[in-house]
Amino acid sequence: MGLEIKKLFREDPPSKSQAVERLRLVLIHDRAKVSSGLMEVLREEIIKAISKYVEIDEEQMDIELNSTEKQAELVANIPVVKVRRVLD
Amino acid sequence: MAGRVIVVTSGKGGVGKTTTVANIGTGLALRKKKVVMIDADIGLRNLDVVMGLENRIVFDIIDAAEKVCRLRQALIKDKRFDNLFLLPAAQTRNKDAISLKQMKELVDELKAEFDYVIIDCPAGIEHGFDNAISVATEAIIVTNPEVSAVRDADRIIGLLQAKEIYEPMLVLNRLRPDMIKNGDMMDVDDINDILAINLLGIIPDDEEIIISTNKGEPAILNHHSKAGEAFRNIVARIEGESVPFMSINAEPGIFGRFWKMLSGK
Repeated sequence: MGLEIKKLFREDPPSKSQAVERLRLVLIHDRAKVSSGLMEVLREEIIKAISKYVEIDEEQMDIELNSTEKQAELVANIPVVKVRRVLD
Repeated sequence: MAGRVIVVTSGKGGVGKTTTVANIGTGLALRKKKVVMIDADIGLRNLDVVMGLENRIVFDIIDAAEKVCRLRQALIKDKRFDNLFLLPAAQTRNKDAISLKQMKELVDELKAEFDYVIIDCPAGIEHGFDNAISVATEAIIVTNPEVSAVRDADRIIGLLQAKEIYEPMLVLNRLRPDMIKNGDMMDVDDINDILAINLLGIIPDDEEIIISTNKGEPAILNHHSKAGEAFRNIVARIEGESVPFMSINAEPGIFGRFWKMLSGK
């Protein structure tokens, strides 16, 4: 009973939304790590797309999956060597 | 026609794999199917006690694999059903005691004779797990509505894909309607969204499961058990029937019951 009354007045969001949020984040990282091919394929596809417009230094390029408390982010650091002249 | 070989797995221990195997095996036997359950958890034999067959074991899976006895001699016939058998795990050896080749030979021999071969997979993702999933063509993943169990289930889905089992079925065990209602437990939709695999069944948390394990009688035989009902639905779905999912609603509290009485609903 005490528990139920406390729940009526509680200010925290229900704990299940924390469970869902935390799982979502942790699985982003788990899945990326387990399929180690994923980051490699992603890297190559990004190089292919960008190279149409700019010349990049593939050696120095760096892609990482980072996360904060609230979200996961894909961080790419891609040094540009030269910008191509895009045809009109 | 060769029988179906289904592995029941979870990654995390203690989520209800063995109980699920015992109930599904018994449920299929109730439907007159010829069923054998393999306890692949070598060194941690459990399925025998859940089935109430612990006093009948003479030979085990290692004896059969090493040809100390014939496979037939290692099979324990169930107390209740003539068409239900258990191949017990060895208790004194460890999970490396059986090779993949031996496991394949055993399962090939069994599936030629039985309609269903249900494998109780060890927890973890080591050798014993690998053997169990490598010989199966279908998989049932058991999980609880807890972050750790769901995370492990996700990992298992990936590992099953690597063994070309692309459509595992999910059993969501130990749901607590009261906690779901209060927003303190992930519900079926939350977990379905996250794992995105076919749902085979949802099982409410039920004290009858502990009582049935105490007695060594699977809950599926108990018509007063909610979990037993959930398992009967699961077995029907395995057999290709379409059965609506049980609704996981909290029983009305004291005010709800009072209101029901007043309103006559």
